[in-house]
Amino acid sequence: MALIEKSARVALPAAMLLLVLLPFTGIADFYLSYLYVVCFWAALATSWGILSGYTGYWSFGHAAFFGAGVYTTATLCGKFGVPFLLTVPLAAAVAALLAVVIGLVVFRNKGLRGEFFALLTLSVTFVLAAIISNTSIDGGAGIYLSKVALPQIAPSVSGSIYLMGLLLAATALLVSRQILRSRLGEGLLAIHDDEDVAEVKGVPALRYKLIAFAVSSAIAGAAGSIQAVYVGYVTVGETFSVTVPLYVVLMSILGGARHWAGPAIGATLITVAQSLVVGGGHAELGRAVVALLLIVVILTIPQGIAPRLLRLFSRRGAEPQGTGVQQLRLVDTKSDEAAIVGGKVILECRAVAKSFGGIRALRGVDLRVNEGEILALVGPNGSGKSTLINMISGHFRLTAGRIELDGAVISGLPPHEIARCGVARTYQIPRLFDNMTVFENVRLCAGFSGAGKETPDDAARRWLAFIGLSEKADLLPPALNLHQRKFLEFARALAAQPRLLLLDEVLCGLTPPEVDQAVAMIRKIRAGGTTIIFVEHLMRAVVALADRIAVLDQGTLLALGPPRETMQDPRVISAYLGTPHAA
Amino acid sequence: MSFTLLAQSTIGGVLLGGIYGLLALGLSLSWGLLRLVNLSHFALAFLAAYVGYGLGTRFGWPIWMSGLAILPAFFLIGIALHAVFVRFKVGEFASMLVTFGLTVLIESFIQWVWSADYLKYETGYTQDTLRLGSLYIPLLELVAFGFAVALALGAWLGLNRTMLGKALRAAAQDGPVAAAFGINAAGLSYLLAGLCAASAGVAGVFIALTSTLAPSQIEAWIGVIFAVVIIGGLANPLGALAAGVLVGVSEAVTMALVNPAWAPLVAFSILIALLLWKPRWL
Repeated sequence: MALIEKSARVALPAAMLLLVLLPFTGIADFYLSYLYVVCFWAALATSWGILSGYTGYWSFGHAAFFGAGVYTTATLCGKFGVPFLLTVPLAAAVAALLAVVIGLVVFRNKGLRGEFFALLTLSVTFVLAAIISNTSIDGGAGIYLSKVALPQIAPSVSGSIYLMGLLLAATALLVSRQILRSRLGEGLLAIHDDEDVAEVKGVPALRYKLIAFAVSSAIAGAAGSIQAVYVGYVTVGETFSVTVPLYVVLMSILGGARHWAGPAIGATLITVAQSLVVGGGHAELGRAVVALLLIVVILTIPQGIAPRLLRLFSRRGAEPQGTGVQQLRLVDTKSDEAAIVGGKVILECRAVAKSFGGIRALRGVDLRVNEGEILALVGPNGSGKSTLINMISGHFRLTAGRIELDGAVISGLPPHEIARCGVARTYQIPRLFDNMTVFENVRLCAGFSGAGKETPDDAARRWLAFIGLSEKADLLPPALNLHQRKFLEFARALAAQPRLLLLDEVLCGLTPPEVDQAVAMIRKIRAGGTTIIFVEHLMRAVVALADRIAVLDQGTLLALGPPRETMQDPRVISAYLGTPHAA
Repeated sequence: MSFTLLAQSTIGGVLLGGIYGLLALGLSLSWGLLRLVNLSHFALAFLAAYVGYGLGTRFGWPIWMSGLAILPAFFLIGIALHAVFVRFKVGEFASMLVTFGLTVLIESFIQWVWSADYLKYETGYTQDTLRLGSLYIPLLELVAFGFAVALALGAWLGLNRTMLGKALRAAAQDGPVAAAFGINAAGLSYLLAGLCAASAGVAGVFIALTSTLAPSQIEAWIGVIFAVVIIGGLANPLGALAAGVLVGVSEAVTMALVNPAWAPLVAFSILIALLLWKPRWL
């Protein structure tokens, strides 16, 4: 690994230098143009990957942003004589602005799934094409750019265009790589796997998607700008054809859309393959071959080529993330009693109500939870327990009432802000980020909670050790069994260092020894000062853990108090077992 | 702006909406019930249109005969396509990409056989119209509209009033559970896929009769029809027809009132407005 990295560090700048010097070696213009085309597709495909590859919101409208760039330059440069170089950033800005406007419309609609996004972006392409060809921007005749003066950065025009294309491709790759390795990238990948959960874990999904969309489109706009002077004559039909989204999507899938280098690898392969196929004037045949390739690739290697290549290279010596944990202070254990029921109210629910259409899941629940307390939420199925958890974590909006955390109203805040206030939750059926490793799953939650005194990496290691999953740190969640998945769900919530922890049936489905292990763990967590609300059917665990029990029935709070007394309350017995038993 | 012009363009819009609804029907059902977004639905419709044109102009087949040949052929194409999806466990997204590729393949094929030029299928009855006072109703488009209504109603009744349709909807919501209750989900999905492709065939026959054919036209329909499908609500046959009529009328009225070139904008403007408004059925 180290060896590869070292050789890469030397080889990469050397290769780049070679590519930059190429136009000055007297090489024929034909080759420079050819290389430009490779760079162009690499830049465009990479830019598509920044939004669509990372988040899984597939855009079929990349032609719209590319076209916005083409026509910005064509109009400014071809009609008004603005210097070309000046129009490149303007083209990028116009495309980015368009993306932000569309994003604000589309991403705000929560119910709008990925495929709607794909079709909507495709629609935007048609709208934009119609507007441009119907107005004086194009007027249906096309715009000539052949007389535009280009900056003389290389001996020939082709050389200059090639260098600009190379610069753009390199920039796109660098940006994409930096994004992937940053918090932004981490959040985008989490959005891909499960957007709702990402929000609950503290990822500001809307903002991240907008940023990725804008960056992606800006690069596409700049690519359009350069492409406009390369082709010299732009028309609506060529610019907004489905060729652009078709190729960009194919290239990204072929190379691997979740890797920064994937789209560029795919772009190079396709461009080269196509030039081999299309020897002469059979453009139509080339298109058909590319289409056939798309079908075969998607059916046979849905993950793309890049991940496979990289796995081959890094087989040796990739050290597992979870090792090196031997001596870690797990939890500050205060004595068990010290933490209990300090009297200060941390969570207050006031007349919380929720209706789904005509069904009233919660009909005004008042509940106060004290700091450091363990409160069990019990009740028959459908009594509103999980709904209440979902309201506190911000998953659902309240129909009426309000929820306060430490005196500040949190109801109505988006889930990621509630998470940053110190609320963490688990899901009854684990909802893990399936394409991120166990370690990355926990690190994301540590990083986005905003509570860390330690680095997210340290926190992730510590909490994986706490639940005993350090060995599995580099696996993907689908490789875990149910017990491990539940505990990983647990570790994710803990890594956020929450003040209030919401556990939704963590024990259900576990074997008796596993339940004991989990009960011990929950005690330890509370000993660290965390307030816990847990939903549970397993009475043994409820009685063993809870300081107080809240019983919900048909959306109302039926009883609240110490475990044993509450469970003997006739109303509670009748709610659970039916009226005759209570008598 | 006369009343006659407005009424005439409204009639034109309603009839155009029929074709939209006809095309949207199969797409909406396969998306909603099979979770497959079949972009090649349009290409299939155009393939049917070209085949109908070819049979008519080269062999002199009357259109009803071509139609009778096209229906079973397309039913089988639909089944074959679905077999590929099932074999490779194609999901919603992958289905879009695969059928996107298929669209380009079919388009290339059409271009290879029939060239990229515009073709018009002329029959003795192409120009027949009904007269209603000062208004004209093109007969063929009226028949197409009749078919659209009949198919939409049939699909709606089939889905909501028969055991087979209920089984289909159950299988769409949760395949394994439906299977546990004895529903042959796999068999049903093949049947539906075949029917959807056959509906593309029907739409294609009417496209051949009523509009000018060119391979590049395939792409022109994609945007509008998807807008119709989404506005109508997935797996809702009557909704698709109603949305088709809504879009058709608004387009036709825009053409008459403003400028024909702006018509493509209308469907997408309605779609975007709906996305902002977020009605419950969306």
